Amino acid sequence: MDALLSGLSLLMSFDVLVALMIGSIGGVIIGAIPGVGPAVAIAILLPATFALPPLVGLVMLLGIYGSSMFGGSLPAVLINTPGTAVNALTTYDGYPMTQRGEATKALGLAYGASFFSGILSILALILLSPLLAKIAPMFGAREIFLAALLGIVLVIVAHRGQIAAAGMMAGLGILLQSVGMEPVKYTMRFTFGQDWLTSGLDLIVVVLGLFAISQAFSLLVDPESAPDAAPVKGGMGREMLGVLKYKRVAATGSFFGVVMGMIPGVGEFTAQFMSYTLARKRSKTPEKFGKGSEEGLVASESANNAVPAAAMIPLLALGIPGEALTAMMLSVFYVHNVVPGPALFRDHIDFIYALYIALLALNVIVILFMLVSSNWLIRLIRIPTRFLGMMILMLSFVGVYSLRNSAVDCAIAAAFGVLGLILKRLHLPVVPIILGMVLGNIMEVKLRAAMARVTSPLDFVDRPIAAFLAIVIVVIIASSIRAAIQNHRLKIAH
Amino acid sequence: MERLKSFVELFQRQRRPGDFVFATAFMVFALVSLMLLPQETRWVEKTPLFAQPAFWPAVGVFMMVGFGAIHLIGSIASERSPGRGKEVLYWARSLEFVAWFLAYVLAVPVIGYLPASILFSVLLVWRLGYRSAQSFALAAVFGFAVVAVFKAGLNVKVPSGALYAYLPDSIRTFMMVNF
Repeated sequence: MDALLSGLSLLMSFDVLVALMIGSIGGVIIGAIPGVGPAVAIAILLPATFALPPLVGLVMLLGIYGSSMFGGSLPAVLINTPGTAVNALTTYDGYPMTQRGEATKALGLAYGASFFSGILSILALILLSPLLAKIAPMFGAREIFLAALLGIVLVIVAHRGQIAAAGMMAGLGILLQSVGMEPVKYTMRFTFGQDWLTSGLDLIVVVLGLFAISQAFSLLVDPESAPDAAPVKGGMGREMLGVLKYKRVAATGSFFGVVMGMIPGVGEFTAQFMSYTLARKRSKTPEKFGKGSEEGLVASESANNAVPAAAMIPLLALGIPGEALTAMMLSVFYVHNVVPGPALFRDHIDFIYALYIALLALNVIVILFMLVSSNWLIRLIRIPTRFLGMMILMLSFVGVYSLRNSAVDCAIAAAFGVLGLILKRLHLPVVPIILGMVLGNIMEVKLRAAMARVTSPLDFVDRPIAAFLAIVIVVIIASSIRAAIQNHRLKIAH
Repeated sequence: MERLKSFVELFQRQRRPGDFVFATAFMVFALVSLMLLPQETRWVEKTPLFAQPAFWPAVGVFMMVGFGAIHLIGSIASERSPGRGKEVLYWARSLEFVAWFLAYVLAVPVIGYLPASILFSVLLVWRLGYRSAQSFALAAVFGFAVVAVFKAGLNVKVPSGALYAYLPDSIRTFMMVNF
């Protein structure tokens, strides 16, 4: 309780509260504009937050992360275009409801489900934190190495149908993180004798290129479109309460969101898919799913909004980001010499609680904002796409150039922008590159530290958590190979 | 032969136009990286394998080669969708905006962040086909707002333009600090 109050007092400063407001409302606005999304916004804002105290910077980025999905449901419901990628499932049932003239009801249910799951997931995590504080110190170098390896394995196998593409992108990420001067033996790796490669490739430069600049190029090259949406009529507040009719669906969605969010490399899509599938299975009217089912809408929105809070767990407890957005947040910690991991949970639990309370507060701020601003936000949907491309390109410049005033960094980011555009066009995964870079670095450092105390290979897994993680990795790899072979046999049989 | 056919079919997937071009280019890049591995990394004596500077680049390159080969086989084995040339042309069209972006980057330290931003936004908006005075005004306001928020507000590190040195004494420092 003391730690909780101490966390609350950390938040009670003008800077943090302003950051919370900017992050929450900014996230909704960014989420509501199709083609921007939280990854682009966080990538652009990241260097600007380096000058801020860690809590202020993190709260702002967390605000954008947590609130963008609220905003993303608006275009998903009204114009059949998800504002953020994770709102894609929302279009299945949200847009048919709009076509039936039930746009206000659909938006109310989407906001209600997001709010319900957001609050539920944070409460679950606040209750879980003391347990995590006990478990986290059991993670030494070898356990963190194995958890990072598990993250790489999961991010590859989670891309069903694209495992080879995800694997090669993760490999590229691992190679990219190794470029430059290696810090132990001081040898050069893949620098080709070029001075500008000695310090390596900055993660933020790559992130900005792959997420923000690629999106700008995509909008600039594509033909112009300015989607239109009719204004929303009627009281939203009453419709939001409609989610209480589907408490069980929302609670199940939140559960999947929390569990999947905590597992590195899995995230919102799997949570949504599982929540939606189970809701359809249990529903009395499964035939309505995909045609404007209220339950379907609640299932998808509740699952995706429970993820942000849970995704912070592996980042804070182990220093291992589970997806691209938390990987970007990791740089904020590094810049301020705050090392996320077991020691943070043990020594600064108030800092962790402060982040959770901020998440709780942002859900309240966002829902109040959404109640009064939906019609105003519709105007943002109408920003012409090529104009938006110009805006993103200009903002990307600040993100890259302000890091070290390097034109070379900008050229590298532009090159990754072209790569990101190609990957997007081919529907190939981008996230494994980022996780390969971040987790590759963690694996390199932790394996070196762990092996110093290991004499035989079995020593590596002689502690319970290490053994458990090693078994999980082997089981996941074996079961994905088995599933691929079974699928192939089924195909032949047909 | 049947076995080989069955093995190749294992990798069939949905393939979009341009997939084969990218898969081939990636494979070439992976193989070149593999060939360069001994030259671009060092093998240090009396150091265990896992602590070798070459260990993690090798892990990355071998993953690229292994998974890249599977991806390429998948591309060859899967049904081709037409439009490869058109798709590659689409990728190439993005290079024009790379040039715009780099021109903006190079202009900032010379003419200054504020003038470069306003010029960039207005010219790019013109290039994109917007011709109304309202579009130009909005672009200029956006350019100004970005500079005001990031440079004057958040104090991000962007150098002042060389041209600012020729401004009158009364506004020179103000411009250098804020815009």
